[in-house]
Amino acid sequence: MAFINLQNLTYKYPLTKTPALQNINLQIDKGEFISVIGANGAGKSTLCYALAGFVPHFFKGEISGEIEVDGIASSKSTLDEWVVNVGLAFQNPFNQISGAKYTVFEEIAFGLENIGVPREQMKSRVEEAMKLTGISNLADRSPYSLSGGQQQRVALTSILVMQPKLLVLDEPTSQMDPIGTREVFEVIHNLTQSGMTVVMVEHKVEWIAHFANRVIALKDGSIFMEGKPSDVLTSDLLIENGFGVSRYTSVAREAKKQGLWKKEKLPVTLFEAAEGFKE
Amino acid sequence: MKIEINSLHFTYPTGLEAIKGISLTINSGEQVAIVGQNGAGKTTLVRHFNGLLKPTSGSVTIGDWDTTKYSVAKLASRIGYVFQNPDEQLFSRDVLTEIEFGPKNLGYSKEKIDELVKQALVWTELTDKTETNPYDLSPTWRKMVALASIIAMDTPIVIFDEPTTGQDFVNVSRIANVIAELKKQGKTVITITHDIDFCAENFERVIALSNGKVLLDGKAHEVLGQEEILAQTYVDPPQLTRLGKVLNLKETVINQEEFLNVIVRSER
Ligand SMILES: Nc1ncnc2c1ncn2[C@@H]1O[C@H](COP(=O)(O)OP(=O)(O)OP(=O)(O)O)[C@@H](O)[C@H]1O
Ligand SMILES: Nc1ncnc2c1ncn2[C@@H]1O[C@H](COP(=O)(O)OP(=O)(O)OP(=O)(O)O)[C@@H](O)[C@H]1O
Ligand SMILES: [Mg+2]
Ligand SMILES: [Mg+2]
Repeated sequence: MAFINLQNLTYKYPLTKTPALQNINLQIDKGEFISVIGANGAGKSTLCYALAGFVPHFFKGEISGEIEVDGIASSKSTLDEWVVNVGLAFQNPFNQISGAKYTVFEEIAFGLENIGVPREQMKSRVEEAMKLTGISNLADRSPYSLSGGQQQRVALTSILVMQPKLLVLDEPTSQMDPIGTREVFEVIHNLTQSGMTVVMVEHKVEWIAHFANRVIALKDGSIFMEGKPSDVLTSDLLIENGFGVSRYTSVAREAKKQGLWKKEKLPVTLFEAAEGFKE
Repeated sequence: MKIEINSLHFTYPTGLEAIKGISLTINSGEQVAIVGQNGAGKTTLVRHFNGLLKPTSGSVTIGDWDTTKYSVAKLASRIGYVFQNPDEQLFSRDVLTEIEFGPKNLGYSKEKIDELVKQALVWTELTDKTETNPYDLSPTWRKMVALASIIAMDTPIVIFDEPTTGQDFVNVSRIANVIAELKKQGKTVITITHDIDFCAENFERVIALSNGKVLLDGKAHEVLGQEEILAQTYVDPPQLTRLGKVLNLKETVINQEEFLNVIVRSER
């Protein structure tokens, strides 16, 4: 059985008329790196909340269908039990800092402290996680005196350090510099190689194409398209429905109209674009 | 209105020196993008323009005003600044009140306020959300509200701190449109961004900061082609510039039009 199983999931926030998620059916295997794309308001964050147990345990409203992770139904679990296995990095990293701690190190250790991880083990896990996200040099700084991207790295690190089985990331690189973004994708990719399952909302198509196994395109709360990045991210249907694509794809699409791109398939990465234009 | 930055140094109360000697002139009506690594000092630099931060040494002048001699409220008539985190900026109960606040505060006439607010709403396509509480909107729309409330102030200089983060394709084009409209009106637009493709498509001049200093400053073409130097501040050239390099194109291309032109010429 799939590690994550969403069956006919429909969800409506309180006091709203249209469901934010409509009849979602989705199976995800252990170790997959799934990327979720879609326009503003498509339901990407709501899907994250559903996976992370915040829907329906924190946001009330009407829900039907099933959310299962590792064979356990979210409806039969409490939020406290759920978050042991599932970590969520919120879309707005500025709200994720706990406010309880004086240093970045303590901030990142906070979650481990709460679940009673012994001191020595805690220290090495925090240091390891900070190395992954490139913030070792910020350990002694106050979590409030950081730049936007540094805060986002701290927020991400405090989730990574918990080593959840399922990692849900809602636009985790939105404040990050370009090369840092690519490095974060690499780190996440490596984590999935060692068995972590990742669902990541992103707009940065070039890196999705490089690193994700599968893309889920959401539109108005439903799954509009899903499949391999190289198929989904070059599809005309996707482009015609207002999804963003990489510059490689759009330039080749235009070139194709002028007879300058000779391949059938459009490129989504630098490598594919270079191969095609060399012909 | 000209911005002049002279040997600017800034040290936070924590002792961290974030700006380590920057001198720059930004002329009236320029469209400037500021890029660079997380923590390079981009936000710290622009917070000096509207007086939120005062130089530790050196000076910043906006037109003929030295920012140390004018209050933030006063400087707000010359400079509009859209925060990186909209939640630091928004405080009203509904979108309309939020957007009206700035122009009202500047003492414009009722007619002018109505006109400016209407234009800001149209540009950001918030017209159907005027009665909503900003905090009931998603972070992406809150960012649009923050943007609208600043452009409604009709200042000669506008600063956007990471305007496109989290925005979808349609909203990014909307923001590009706003920048183009402001340019038509002769305004200076300064935008901090990590979206290098967006930067290449919408700005004439690019300043790359690294570790509190200016690493590169020049025409978008000159700056965005310098792969090795940009890498020092964790910036990649635009996608099509990288493609052009791999294909050994003779000139640096930074957008689709240029790329296709060069390809067409080389086909002949
Ligand atoms: N707390 C809430 N209460 C009521 N409606 C909500 C709430 N949060 C989101 N919605 C609505 O649910 C729908 C999906 O929103 P969601 O935030 O999941 O979209 P998104 O794809 O993450 O968008 P964005 O790209 O702007 O982050 C939207 O119509 C939104 O207005
Ligand atoms: N309030 C503060 N107190 C002390 N140090 C700060 C404060 N805000 C930022 N810093 C530090 O100053 C330096 C410059 O930060 P700044 O916010 O200007 O960076 P930035 O270029 O805008 O980065 P980003 O792309 O991540 O937003 C960083 O090292 C940061 O940690
Ligand atoms: Mg969202
Ligand atoms: Mg910043």
